[in-house]
Amino acid sequence: MRASKIIQIASRGLTKNKLRSLLTMLGVIIGVAAVIIMISISSGTEAAIEEQITGLGTNLVFVQSSFTRGGFGQGGGEQSGGLVYDDAFAIAEEVNGVTAVVVEQPSTETVKLGDTTLEDVAILGTTADFPAVRDMTIESGRYLNQTDIDRTQKVVVLGSTMAEELFGDTPPVGQVITVGNTKLTVIGVFEEKGLVGNTDFDARIYMPITVVFQKFTPSQFARIMGDRVRVIYVEVDAEVPLEDIILQTELLLAKRHDVSLEEPDFVIQTQQDIIQTQEATTAAFRSLLTWVSAVSLIVGGIGIMNIMLVSVTERTREIGIRQSVGASPNDIRYQFLTEALLLSLAGGLIGVIVGIGGAYIFGELGEMRTVIVPSAILLAFSSAAAVGIFFGFYPANKASQLDPIEALRHE
Amino acid sequence: MQETVIIEINDLTKIYGLGEVQVSALVELSLTIHEGEFVAIMGPSGSGKSTLMNILGCLDRPSSGQYFLAGEDVSNLDRTQLAIIRNQRIGFIFQSYNLLPQTTALENVILPLLYNRNGKDGDAQHVAKALAALEAVGLTDRVEHKPQELSGGQMQRVAIARALVNEPVLILADEPTGNLDTRSGQEIMSLLSELHQHGSTIVMVTHDDDIAEYANRTIRLRDGKIETDVQNGAELSRMGKKEMQYAGQ
Repeated sequence: MRASKIIQIASRGLTKNKLRSLLTMLGVIIGVAAVIIMISISSGTEAAIEEQITGLGTNLVFVQSSFTRGGFGQGGGEQSGGLVYDDAFAIAEEVNGVTAVVVEQPSTETVKLGDTTLEDVAILGTTADFPAVRDMTIESGRYLNQTDIDRTQKVVVLGSTMAEELFGDTPPVGQVITVGNTKLTVIGVFEEKGLVGNTDFDARIYMPITVVFQKFTPSQFARIMGDRVRVIYVEVDAEVPLEDIILQTELLLAKRHDVSLEEPDFVIQTQQDIIQTQEATTAAFRSLLTWVSAVSLIVGGIGIMNIMLVSVTERTREIGIRQSVGASPNDIRYQFLTEALLLSLAGGLIGVIVGIGGAYIFGELGEMRTVIVPSAILLAFSSAAAVGIFFGFYPANKASQLDPIEALRHE
Repeated sequence: MQETVIIEINDLTKIYGLGEVQVSALVELSLTIHEGEFVAIMGPSGSGKSTLMNILGCLDRPSSGQYFLAGEDVSNLDRTQLAIIRNQRIGFIFQSYNLLPQTTALENVILPLLYNRNGKDGDAQHVAKALAALEAVGLTDRVEHKPQELSGGQMQRVAIARALVNEPVLILADEPTGNLDTRSGQEIMSLLSELHQHGSTIVMVTHDDDIAEYANRTIRLRDGKIETDVQNGAELSRMGKKEMQYAGQ
């Protein structure tokens, strides 16, 4: 029998019972839509992470506290180790090949100017090399210099969004804002940078790290051990081998913290390390999604098989009639196989539409970033077709093997 | 008479069941039916008439013996080959019509054409042939009706049109009037008689003597064997039947 006739017979078979066809497709629709939505979320997340990493700047080495010695869980007074603010200066001065060192200390405070009050504003205490390392440009005024930091000057630089929200069209430089209970003079405004990963660089205010230590995150141990910091960003000269810089830094910090290199209280990571970690995370995420998608498609396929089996039983008499007028076992087999295939293709198509719509809605309404990947659509659609053939085969075969006499007698 | 032999069966036996419990539905049955005959097969239930019809209709295969349909040995064909024979050589008329539900009369009649491997026809020819068949049974005004919108007699007419559409050499009717009232039954029988007069070979199973009278030959079965074989009202003796068989061999 010609393919066009088989398709004609199969599609007639399907349109005779529209509700059953739709219910059968439901599993595939959900499966395909889920695959597309999940892949677009995972791709969106990957893109955000990638941006965040490149947004950090190039040739960066990250020095972090690791608390392997003492620290966590023990009495507060026993706390020791970890990075302190002065370590940053030591690295800048003593390690060869270091071009800049940045320390960041975040906090949140209420910011006031006249009648305007902004709650929970992200503030970042940082150092003089920040704009160079983080690739930020000053639009008006100037950035913090070493003197501001050394002398704990009450000055502040605004992100572009903050400047707009506080001052509107008025030039902010020279004005005084109240952060927490501290009055700070605006000395500059950054150009717009936008969102990098999940961090909005424009919706923050930047001030000397020493001000943050003193006013916003005071520590009772600071006087004894210096101000604790979480991360020191070290920008290095690309000409100097990275291994040398890392080794020098390790030796220096081990000596300063009085720890052995076998059991350091800090971790040094390069950008490469971080990218690899992120890649491993996203790879794991992706493989999880692949399995979830595979399972949902298999469930959809089993749904098709289920309904097709019911359908074969329900339509036994129809099969008998077809056999009596001359349908061969293959004619019956191809009819049911084609029905299963058409169902999954139609389900796949609807699933693609629902998936794209869903990914779009997730991206728009949710806080998620989604990227619609054409290859994922193709993959989901072709898997749906494969599922249809695979799970349609058994019912189709069962139908083709029916005895015409028994089938005609079936009520 | 040098008429073409449509059905020739020799020593046909059908045994159901495997192992110890075996039931012989047909026992070494031999029979010859010529072109243009209208044969009624009668007999009590369990006499083997359904089994004989199934084998004649190529829905089932004999356990032993031979069956020639229009000169072709169909005793040992596989399922696909039997399907082709059913499609091209045989037209079925069932007691319960066996039309596809939710499907118009026209589409029901087109169905055998769709499965015809020799057919090179397109949709237009299919429709034309099906309409011609429906016209032959007098249903021109009901082609777009679905079975549930038709009366029993009309449904059986659609079934007859479907049986005719591939121009079969043999029409098999299994209790064609069994589900019909007397008037519709008579209409259907007149239609079959008309087909017979136009040269169709018809084999019909019935338990109704009045219906059997439409045929020009009546075969009675009992216990899987032919009990009597009456032609044109004149009963052939068992001897005469044997002679006829010898003559056929």
